[in-house]
Amino acid sequence: MSIDNTGEARRQLGICNACRYCEGFCSVFPSLQQLRQFSNADITQLANLCHNCRACHYSCQYAAPHEFKVNIPVALADVRVDSWKRLARPRVVASAFQRHGVLIAALLVITLMLFISLLGGQSPETGSGFYQYLSHTTMVLIFTPAFLLPLVLIADAVRRYWREVGGEAISTSHLRGAFNQAASLKNLSGGQGQGCNFEKQDHYSNARRYWHQATVAGFLLCFASTSTATLLHYLWNLPAPYPWYSLPKLLGVPGGILLTLGCSALAVLKLKADRTLGATGVWGAEMAFVLLLGLTGLTGLVLYAITGTSWVSTALALHLACVFSLFLLLPYSKMVHGFFRLTALIRHEQTRTTDDG
Amino acid sequence: MTNTDWQVIVVGGGNAGLCAAIEAAEQGKRVLLLESAPKEYRGGNSRHTRNFRCMHNAPLAKLTDSYLEDEYLQDLLAVTKGKTDPELARMTIQRSEDCLPWMEAHGVRFQPSLTGTLSLSRTNAFFLGGGKALVNAYYQTLEKLGVTVQYNATVQHLHLSESSHRVESIDVEIAGVTTRLNGKCFVLASGGFQSDLDWLARAWGPAAKNFLVRGTAYNRGVVLKNMIEQGATTVGDPTQCHAVAIDGRAPQFDGGIVTRLDCVPFSVVLNKHGERFYDEGEDVWPKRYAIWGRLVAAQPDQVAYSIIDNQAMTLFMPSVYPPVSANSLEELAEKLGLPVEKTISTIEHYNQACQDGQFHSTTLDGLSTRGVHPAKSNWARPLSKPPFHGYMLKPGVTFTYLGLKVDGSAKVQNAHGNFANVWAAGEIMAGSILGQGYLAGFGMTIGTVFGRIAGREAAKHVN
Repeated sequence: MSIDNTGEARRQLGICNACRYCEGFCSVFPSLQQLRQFSNADITQLANLCHNCRACHYSCQYAAPHEFKVNIPVALADVRVDSWKRLARPRVVASAFQRHGVLIAALLVITLMLFISLLGGQSPETGSGFYQYLSHTTMVLIFTPAFLLPLVLIADAVRRYWREVGGEAISTSHLRGAFNQAASLKNLSGGQGQGCNFEKQDHYSNARRYWHQATVAGFLLCFASTSTATLLHYLWNLPAPYPWYSLPKLLGVPGGILLTLGCSALAVLKLKADRTLGATGVWGAEMAFVLLLGLTGLTGLVLYAITGTSWVSTALALHLACVFSLFLLLPYSKMVHGFFRLTALIRHEQTRTTDDG
Repeated sequence: MTNTDWQVIVVGGGNAGLCAAIEAAEQGKRVLLLESAPKEYRGGNSRHTRNFRCMHNAPLAKLTDSYLEDEYLQDLLAVTKGKTDPELARMTIQRSEDCLPWMEAHGVRFQPSLTGTLSLSRTNAFFLGGGKALVNAYYQTLEKLGVTVQYNATVQHLHLSESSHRVESIDVEIAGVTTRLNGKCFVLASGGFQSDLDWLARAWGPAAKNFLVRGTAYNRGVVLKNMIEQGATTVGDPTQCHAVAIDGRAPQFDGGIVTRLDCVPFSVVLNKHGERFYDEGEDVWPKRYAIWGRLVAAQPDQVAYSIIDNQAMTLFMPSVYPPVSANSLEELAEKLGLPVEKTISTIEHYNQACQDGQFHSTTLDGLSTRGVHPAKSNWARPLSKPPFHGYMLKPGVTFTYLGLKVDGSAKVQNAHGNFANVWAAGEIMAGSILGQGYLAGFGMTIGTVFGRIAGREAAKHVN
């Protein structure tokens, strides 16, 4: 844990607790106002509750050049990224990928070469559709561990988080509250639905909130598409390729479109936003991750579009490399924010005394 | 900017000036707003405010119940002790109700009264994000309306016509260069003079050099002084300012809300000689905090020390600086730089004068001392539970009372009636209505009501 980042957040939260003007924006302020002193665990929880909407910063009478130099979005983002690095295993991997976008790109390139050589080595007569290029068995052998292992690692990190922040037994009302907040991105709503202060500085906007949810919806649809395909394969013995009216396609095509558009929009917003108001030194890694996620959607769509052409092998290698890298990076990239955020929201449901939800 | 023939020039970019500029621009006038602060510090004292006191006949936006004209006026009379212009006061109160929807229409958002301020939920509408968010919303509105805004622009002098009846042009200093600007109408909304410590010291006495200023460093009263020198009629006691006791470690300027200390009623307050000097528990804190600035200002070196024991630590709002703490009173006195022997004897005397009884932090519990002078009338518990904590108190100036006299149309008055083309709004004329004391959120009400009137009247004059 970085003592400096936690200490700096503690200093700033003390100022917020004496001011309280921002309590209408999000859950962070009512939550911190319940405390008089801030333990390291309190600060970790507040940091993961913060959605980086930046409303408090543009409204802050103590922002630099004021000598108090309050900048809650940065202070909490730094603690937040620290907590993801500290609670993940192995820490050194998390630390590297959370900071360096170039490593994400390198991983993609390496996995791409791996898949190109794998696909090149397969005989095209042994299956139909994609399985002409890479047999179903090989795919399952590669992707099952690449999917399950990261999930286990994330579960482990989240469990550690839960213990650190003193989480209690979870009830359905905690879950309902947390999922409601996540689904509506209440904490990016500015408190009144006017949105956040991400890409338009002191003007409110809902662009980030809506495009984020388009991205989430796209991701979930793609995930559902893959899951239904797996079920069709094993339960009904219906292997790919699937026609356009099948469930995997009906879910996957809109999913891919939403994922591609969502990530493109988020990348544009990120370019417009003030880079100094996010976590220090991770802008590149965050951007690389958003692009990887978008590329995953795009390559999936391309693959469908070029069915039957000679480009399939190359496009398939690229798509599989994206998916593979994405999975491997689940615990070590910006992607992990979703898991920690949801956990923080559940914890918030357990502690809140006001109706800020 | 220099080549334009401005129809309305607004001096000052706080709430009052912004409201005036919006109104004038909405009448289609060519408006220039001159703000003396850099962009980061724009908004004068408005950037530190949090609410707006608003009359209402029925629940309105986030305001509960009703707050009628007569009750509002009574509240004002109670704090001003009659030092108000009843006609202007009544008009301000009446017009406050219309202001709230107007503010919302111009981008201001309100939130329910903040935690710990439930007593204000009926009377005061709180800005979502506080005063700086309000200021941002109004600057955005100006941008949409095409108003030119110049930051770092200090108006130094207003040039009167030969008859001294109207202002013809102004000298404005921007980045060290003084420029003369012509305009048809002028709205003065540049605040009081509390940030000019020399002026404050001339008015109040040399002790004022030790005062802290709670708000902006840019209210130096340059325009106010210039207008007074050129015959503007004044209102308000030129020697007085509104001051509260704040944390002595606060910055010289702009400490704002977080430097307040609400521990006084639960504490023993000593001057630098280790003596008590006033009843700390005279009344509930919201009714007493405003007199403590004055009380501390009257003590040697304008400093005092509020001392509590550990059982009082959670009874008041957290403040920005942690207290000085120690396990014994001797050690605490030493750390605070107080004479140890005298401090101990004062506190022992006080402790012995405390009586048994029920302590109640939120009501006047009548738990008072017996046989010590000055007495403590409520919440008098002995300081007995270590660790002990101490906070240094200094006077923190909120605003000054001296201002320009205006009429109901916000026009600035002089010996012959008024200036033909000069209006004033906000702190620069607030002394007309608020001649003494303070009523939470009333400064923003005066600024909004008079800013809007001044902007409209100026626009009318252009036609």
